[in-house]
Amino acid sequence: MKHDVPERYALAFRLYPYARSPDQDARAPVRHRVIVVGGGPVGLATALDLGRRAIPVLLLDDHEGPGLGSRALCFAKRTLEICDRLGAAAPMLEKGVQWNLGKVFRDDRLLYEFNLLPEGGHAMPAFINLQQPWFEKFLHDAILSAQAEGAPIELRGKNRVDAITPDTDHVTLTVMTPDGPYHLEADWLIACDGARSPLRGMMGLGFEGRVFEDNFLIADVKMKADFPTERWFWFEPHFKSGDSALLHKQPDDIWRIDFQLGWNIDRAKELEPARIRARVDAMLGPGVDYELDWCSIYTFQCRRMERFRHGRVLFAGDSAHQVSPFGARGANSGIQDVDNLAWKLALVVQGAAPDSLLDSYDAERVHGAEENILNSTRSTDFITPKTPVSRMFRNAVLDLAETLPFARTVVNSGRLSLPCTYDGSALNGPDHPQMPPRTRPGSPCPDAPLAGGWLLAQLGRGFTLLGIGIEVPPQLTLHGLAVDGLTLDPSPELAARYLGDVPGAVYLIRPDQHVAARWDRFESAALGQALARAIGKE
Amino acid sequence: MLITTPNLTRADESYARLIATHDGLTEAESHALNARLILILMNHIGDHAILAEAMRLARDPRPAAP
Repeated sequence: MKHDVPERYALAFRLYPYARSPDQDARAPVRHRVIVVGGGPVGLATALDLGRRAIPVLLLDDHEGPGLGSRALCFAKRTLEICDRLGAAAPMLEKGVQWNLGKVFRDDRLLYEFNLLPEGGHAMPAFINLQQPWFEKFLHDAILSAQAEGAPIELRGKNRVDAITPDTDHVTLTVMTPDGPYHLEADWLIACDGARSPLRGMMGLGFEGRVFEDNFLIADVKMKADFPTERWFWFEPHFKSGDSALLHKQPDDIWRIDFQLGWNIDRAKELEPARIRARVDAMLGPGVDYELDWCSIYTFQCRRMERFRHGRVLFAGDSAHQVSPFGARGANSGIQDVDNLAWKLALVVQGAAPDSLLDSYDAERVHGAEENILNSTRSTDFITPKTPVSRMFRNAVLDLAETLPFARTVVNSGRLSLPCTYDGSALNGPDHPQMPPRTRPGSPCPDAPLAGGWLLAQLGRGFTLLGIGIEVPPQLTLHGLAVDGLTLDPSPELAARYLGDVPGAVYLIRPDQHVAARWDRFESAALGQALARAIGKE
Repeated sequence: MLITTPNLTRADESYARLIATHDGLTEAESHALNARLILILMNHIGDHAILAEAMRLARDPRPAAP
């Protein structure tokens, strides 16, 4: 009998076609170390990171590849750094559109422009724009490369999880396939199944927060246009195609245009091509030749699960938290979840760290989600004021921003995604007061050029002991873990970013390239203590 | 620390100027002017804690519980 795992959306790429697994013929459910549910950016990155850490991982997706539509689009510097660690960044940088300049308009006037270009001496740009299916395809390409090198990653398309039974030391899954259902067991289950997470529903877990009463229309337009590669945002645009509008360049001569439509709209009618074209025509002016590539209307929410860890089930990405799109904090924060979770789960699966290390995933990424929700809520309140007085103050800010620079710091068309610093984390060890605040424990390491390469490329296989101007042993074993030592001479960038007012420093760096602890000398007892703390053994 | 003791160098003149600044404006224009004025003064004060105390006081002018 043929069963159906219907497609909920059309595919951009068919990357992992359904193939019958021997697990489907097993008499008893086959037990896997880690099962990831969901083949979006977060699920693929999770499988890739775990596999590269030699942890056997099985990914189940109810489709056979990414769906159509540019969706996430803006990938931030930290995401690219993580993808570089995962061996996936090079093609993203090659295809993606790099941009640094943003312009903010009101009506037909330029209020001001901003440059996101960070200080020099970083391998990755501030942002690239890349259609989500391509981001997913490049992660999948990296999975294929990792598999070829022996990484124990398996992907199963058209494998839809219909039920789960969490137990104290494993989870049982019922999986539907075109050949009918079968059962699996997992020591650990990672739910990367998106904002409407069926797994969250099956476990009866809440997803609380705010729904914003507004609709945004995305029109991806293909045209040969000579607009510069910049982010243009309009408040109250003169072309009247929405209460606000955003223009962003994508690869392949495609432009993302967002229009703010308001709350009470007729969704079906607004999606009629003629109606969309009228809005785009008004914006682009007469005589511009273009075609509509992909269109969608979205509303948005800022909400999260109370906890991201539920025993043997861990939630990552949109299944755990959802933000408005302003600030590009959705997929970018999901990739930071992966970065945080994969090394911890790898150590727990290998028996090198206690199970409680995973509680720090919950603590650190709930903190990250709170920060993203706060920023994204504030942007949304500025872009779509909720009350007459809120609109009055918003417009007063815009009135002043034309001439007074201070008001431009208050204008909020999206506070663009920055990596999270895990201040106050239980994993953080000692700090040093004379070293720069930007590299305090909990911070993601800022990149720096090294002779013939980059600092971040040297970090992230496991824990690293970084000595800058202080010699550290090239290899150590502590608490059963191999720690790589890296001794560097203080270049101007390293001195500015890592030394501050001290002549030399020793940093303990986590496998996710976040600082665990730092000292002005090397002492193995202090190091041992900090490492124990960083792996949850203290 | 928010100053709540008398601090205006020319209290009557400043108050009269505030009222006169609104001369001839509609109510909506006056509200918008007030909003711009608040933002300009906020920037001049700068300190978030002082602003937060001022906002609390404006919302509820009774003295804070000790």
